[in-house]
Amino acid sequence: MSKAIIVVSSLLYLLLLFCIAYYAEYKQKQGKSIINNAYVYALSLGVFCTAWTYYGSVGRATTNGIGFLAIYIGPTIMASLFFPVLRKIIRITKAQRINSIADFISTRYGKNATVASVVSIFCVIGVLPYIALQLKAITISFDILTNNMATSHNLLSDTTLYFTIFLAIFIIIFGTRSVDATEKHEGLVAAVAFESIIKLIAFLVAGVFVTCGIFNGFNDIFFKASHIDEFTKLFTMEGENANAGWFASILLSMVAVMFLPRQFQVGVIENVKEEHLKKAVWLFPLYLFVINIFVIPIAFGGKIIFQNMSVDADTYVLALPLHFNKPLLSMMVFIGGFSAATSMIIVETIALSTMVSNNLVMPIIFSQNKFKNTIDKSIQDTILYIRRFSILFILILAYIYDQFVAHYFSLVSIGLISFTGVAQFAPAIIGGIYWKGATQKGALASIIVGFAIWFYTLIIPSIAHAHIISDSILNNGPFEIFWLKPQALFGLEGFDSITHALFWSMFFNLSAYILFSIYSKPNPQEVYQAEVFVDIDIYQNPEKSNIWRGTAYMPDLYSLLENFLGKERSKNLIQNYAHRHKISIDMHAKADPRIVSFSEKILAGVIGSSSARIMVSSVTKEEELSLNEVFKILHESQQMIELNKELRKKSIELTKATDLLKEANLQLTTMDELKDEFLYTVTHEIRTPLTSIRSLAEIVHENPNLEEAERNKFLGAVVKESERLSHLITKVLNLEKYESGKQKLNLTSFNFIELVNDLYSSYELIAKDKKIKLSLQKPNSMLLLHADKDLLQQVLVNLLSNAIKFTPEDKTIQIVVSDMQTEIQVSIIDAGKGIALELHELIFDKFFQAKNQTIKKPEGTGLGLAICKRIVEMHNGKIWVESEVEKGARFTFTIPNFEA
Amino acid sequence: MNQAYKILVVDDDPFILMSLEFLMRKNGFDVMIARNGTETLELLDQNSPDVVLLDIMMPDVDGYAICKHIKSTEKHKLCKVVFISAKSKEIDIQKGYNLGAELYITKPFSNKDLVNKITALLD
Repeated sequence: MSKAIIVVSSLLYLLLLFCIAYYAEYKQKQGKSIINNAYVYALSLGVFCTAWTYYGSVGRATTNGIGFLAIYIGPTIMASLFFPVLRKIIRITKAQRINSIADFISTRYGKNATVASVVSIFCVIGVLPYIALQLKAITISFDILTNNMATSHNLLSDTTLYFTIFLAIFIIIFGTRSVDATEKHEGLVAAVAFESIIKLIAFLVAGVFVTCGIFNGFNDIFFKASHIDEFTKLFTMEGENANAGWFASILLSMVAVMFLPRQFQVGVIENVKEEHLKKAVWLFPLYLFVINIFVIPIAFGGKIIFQNMSVDADTYVLALPLHFNKPLLSMMVFIGGFSAATSMIIVETIALSTMVSNNLVMPIIFSQNKFKNTIDKSIQDTILYIRRFSILFILILAYIYDQFVAHYFSLVSIGLISFTGVAQFAPAIIGGIYWKGATQKGALASIIVGFAIWFYTLIIPSIAHAHIISDSILNNGPFEIFWLKPQALFGLEGFDSITHALFWSMFFNLSAYILFSIYSKPNPQEVYQAEVFVDIDIYQNPEKSNIWRGTAYMPDLYSLLENFLGKERSKNLIQNYAHRHKISIDMHAKADPRIVSFSEKILAGVIGSSSARIMVSSVTKEEELSLNEVFKILHESQQMIELNKELRKKSIELTKATDLLKEANLQLTTMDELKDEFLYTVTHEIRTPLTSIRSLAEIVHENPNLEEAERNKFLGAVVKESERLSHLITKVLNLEKYESGKQKLNLTSFNFIELVNDLYSSYELIAKDKKIKLSLQKPNSMLLLHADKDLLQQVLVNLLSNAIKFTPEDKTIQIVVSDMQTEIQVSIIDAGKGIALELHELIFDKFFQAKNQTIKKPEGTGLGLAICKRIVEMHNGKIWVESEVEKGARFTFTIPNFEA
Repeated sequence: MNQAYKILVVDDDPFILMSLEFLMRKNGFDVMIARNGTETLELLDQNSPDVVLLDIMMPDVDGYAICKHIKSTEKHKLCKVVFISAKSKEIDIQKGYNLGAELYITKPFSNKDLVNKITALLD
């Protein structure tokens, strides 16, 4: 086929991608986002199917049979876990404005720049060959189509170079529209989704052609294939270590479908709504299923057709239509493969360039002092240029790798080698979102150790195979140390290289992760991030996820943001946020902590979280102490029990303690007030007798010629009032004694009936004077009581005096003593005016009179009842009154009988 | 004194009432006594005293209410009100003056002092 036609077709296809990307961005500006769609999201996940799978699946199927399915079964299993795992990752990413997988890991482990750069470097190392593989696929398919089997090494005549340049331009145009890397790449994602459709259709058409055009359906192919000996074993899962290899592939692809930089990019960063996952959960596996339907028929068909020819099985998809001279179909298949390759290159490059620029280049630039405080309008441009440069850099590296390095290596398993590399992030990520105890050191150790083993067990053998280094290391181990053989580490033999590498890398990776996490102490930022990541559902609300204690002035913050986002945009973002959270912005005052926190997150989207931290801290004054104090509590509790529980418990306890304190404080204040009131009442009570004593004494003193009778009357009153005064004072002192607990009960055993009898006989006389009858109702037997006899007598005296005071002439006062087995009950029933219901409790209150009332309470209900109540309560008894107005009152108290 | 001033003494404590009655009579006042709010209001209805010595805390109607009544009754517009109360808080005293009382004396009081103040008030 003419080279020109293919080149023109390819360029036309790329132009079509331009148009689609442009259209998507045009629609987005109109507010009709194309990628805000579950189907587009699921299709964009199809970037998982690269040229490696487009061509390579058939190749693997010819040697491994259904073994090729493993890397699709993995993602299918993983899709069922999208909800718990991927959704959580998406939530965290959105809440924290994360822009790459390196950013994700570093943000989790304390926004640490080292973590970010390590992950970024490993991503580039692990994935770059994979990009190169795509370029290789384009070159090979191009050569097959043009029948140009001799690989040209003339740089200028190499079409792959031009495709690479073209792709670079495309990615730069649509990939660096905004400095904010968390902003969706509408155009790119739309183009990638479109490419997923193209490669699917192309592969299906090829499959239908092979199955129905060349052969007569599936049965025909399988029937013919069954005659070829080597095929029978392909239908089964037999073969050396098939199970282990199968298992490793499934495991790797499970991890890869989420954590390959490109998968993380489309699945997490570019995700518009987490609801899209609902459809992706079944659409994505369906896509994988459909694109694989014809793999076996094409593989077997190719094997049958090219039985005696030396045709690479990896190229069957393209070779078959060519062989049967179908140029249009061949062209279509080529474009399908081209789309598989380009979509992968586009997304992977965007993802890697974000990491390289944000985590490797920018931290170096922004840690230089001159950038910290300058108001440089060109920072935005600088960032964009760094991004663009990174894109070019990655593509050039990939191209160089493809052209000058790749042919030394077998490219066959580069996909799985990449998968194994990326799998080293899995513990740090999965652990990071479920295990709060995981620390920065743990994560760093896990990733570094994992990658070291990965490099040693997979890359060293490749280099050795390519004879770049001596392959004696493979056979005898380094320095003749047998058990260090890269492909049989510690004597583990009998597995394929991927399984072997996966086993050892994961073994050391996980061990390092767990051990370092357990034995290292996290810094405050880490503790906090761990909390936020693991409990993202609690902290999704940005207000809750705010721990910033730093202060910054609004103008400083603004100028910082303006440097990166422009005046207009910064203003809009801040004002919207302030409006949403009802924060008022005062340009002359310190910024609300939430605004500071929000600013950091916006910046994180532009320059990565670790750089953002550096920038924001340059304009803020952090109150280190209080922050540390907060985390000290966190930290200490973490060592005892799971941090979160403890934290919550602590805060609940704190709240409780605060409440208690408040209550106590209130009580104290009330007590104070009550004490004042009490004192006031007491002095008030004292003033009255004192007034008459003084006044009458003065009269007697100043009028020596008073008549005898009058004189006696006045002096008698003075004596009476003096008595009243001393009674009052005694009562106050008694009450104080009982209330403060100074009065100890002097417990003796005595016959209560005897006490009542004594009192009855003395009060009978007093009552008789007032023409009141007294009646006593009591059990016949004696009633032994273990109590303070004097105090109980006081209660009875108080109650009886009151009753006599209020009962009018010719009425009866009843005293009822009953034995209730566990307690005795005494009622004193008068025939007075009665007590209104609302006063039933108040009359036992010593402050009864103090509540600013000007109406005088009934006489005699002063401290007496308060004292009674106190004494009864000291005996663990109860006292109460039952009464209705005008119907007398019935005072009852109980005393538990301790001896019963 | 040309004509004896009419004074109404109000207090629910019998001994204080006793001493005040003696004291006022001795100083030439025409004395009426009342032991509670109700009696006071009845006496005020039938008489026009020149001055009322008023206790505040009483079992039925309090002294403030009686003062208010006096100050708002045309017949008693010349009547002076002197509170004699055990309530010694500034807020209570202020309340008394706000209601229009001419004097507020706290218990216990000195007889001489009390008589001097009342005499000064009337002259």
